[in-house]
Amino acid sequence: MLMDDVIKAVPSFLWSDGTQWTGLVVTAKLFLYAGAIGMTLAVLLALLKVYGPKPVSWAIGAFSYFFRGTPLFLQLMLIYYGLSQFDIVSNGWQDGNRFWLLFRDATFCAVLAYVLNTAAYALEILAGAFAQYPKEEIAAAEAYGMSRWTTIRRIVLPGALRRVIPVFSNEMVFLLHATALSSTVTLMDMTGVARTLYADTYSPFYPFLMAAALYLCCTFALLALFRGAERRWLAFLRPRQS
Amino acid sequence: MVSSYLPLILGGALLSLRVALASLLLALLFGLTNASIKLFGPPWLRAVSVTYTTVIRGIPELVMMLLLFFGGEKLFNLGLAALDLPAVEFNKFAAGVLTIGFIYGAYYTETFRSAFLAVPKGQLEAGLAFGMSPWRVFRSILFPQMLRYALPGINNNWLALLKSAALVSLIGLEDMGWLAEQAGRATQQPFLFYFVVCLIYLAITATSGGAFRWLGRRYNY
Repeated sequence: MLMDDVIKAVPSFLWSDGTQWTGLVVTAKLFLYAGAIGMTLAVLLALLKVYGPKPVSWAIGAFSYFFRGTPLFLQLMLIYYGLSQFDIVSNGWQDGNRFWLLFRDATFCAVLAYVLNTAAYALEILAGAFAQYPKEEIAAAEAYGMSRWTTIRRIVLPGALRRVIPVFSNEMVFLLHATALSSTVTLMDMTGVARTLYADTYSPFYPFLMAAALYLCCTFALLALFRGAERRWLAFLRPRQS
Repeated sequence: MVSSYLPLILGGALLSLRVALASLLLALLFGLTNASIKLFGPPWLRAVSVTYTTVIRGIPELVMMLLLFFGGEKLFNLGLAALDLPAVEFNKFAAGVLTIGFIYGAYYTETFRSAFLAVPKGQLEAGLAFGMSPWRVFRSILFPQMLRYALPGINNNWLALLKSAALVSLIGLEDMGWLAEQAGRATQQPFLFYFVVCLIYLAITATSGGAFRWLGRRYNY
């Protein structure tokens, strides 16, 4: 009997409950959007923080401090449920304003919250990597007559991005786990599917255990991918084998 | 209207802090025990520890919390039913603390393990050469020095724990986040209340960051 329930739940956990995309597909979508946009934003902000003018650097520091110092759960609530408080937003909804209507979309709000949160953490890691970049490599670039921007583009950026891969693998695991919060804004990711199943069946074991097992598999897959990336892009830092 | 909710939110802040501190205590205990097992325990116990830390760190806190809270209650009541005892409802505070403590125990295990390994071996050998018992070496040489190496990790994990503890409002504990939702709904100013709660979290993280920097200066020679 239980086995039947488990088998019946597999499609909704992986791709669809029959009416819409659910489960792993939704989790993967949220994760990939948030990861790609978040990392791009983090690189830009980290560059501005380290090489930009002082006020910009402070502003980015304040942004990062706020998002690192408060729970992601509340940031998500702030964006999805909080913004309706402002007249400009609610009027925008009534007028059918395209931009403000975005903030009614749970997927958009969730991705926005994860992007801002993950960028806040990642930009600090990157800024650290930029600021502590090996002086010898920069001196060599200067000796070749490269300008400051060329040095950053050709030397610091590729080198630092490679060096942060091991730390980023942790950040990406955190991001994957953060997407579990999507179920609190009505999305049907893997956790959402598990919570719906629990509400329907009142059996707490198999829905949450299945979700847990799936997250565990995703985490291991992600870590394996990053180990592969390390082997490939950090090969130049390994001691030479004779 | 708005200001009348502020004392309520501050009361919720106290509850959030109590949940977080109680979980921290439990997590430190779990972490310390597990790190000791991982380093000095018998192989079969070590395997249990490794599984615990790997599995916990591979699953989102929210899923773990729902599993332990709902599943734990059901399991406990199934056990009670087997003994012909009436079903009970879990105390939410205790359940929240146990869950968060159990999860963060896994993170603290790694913090303590690497801190134990950072203490130079020569010092332990010197202690043994002085005729100290292994327990004495642990208590007077290994442990105090390990703590110094563990401080930054303890702080980082504590901040992560504090923020994760905000999730207890999802299992119905009336912490700051839960109260902010209620107040926001009643006054139709959800942003304001969520933002106030965020500021309180910032105040707590800033304070504990300062406290840990002071501790770090004090114990680093």
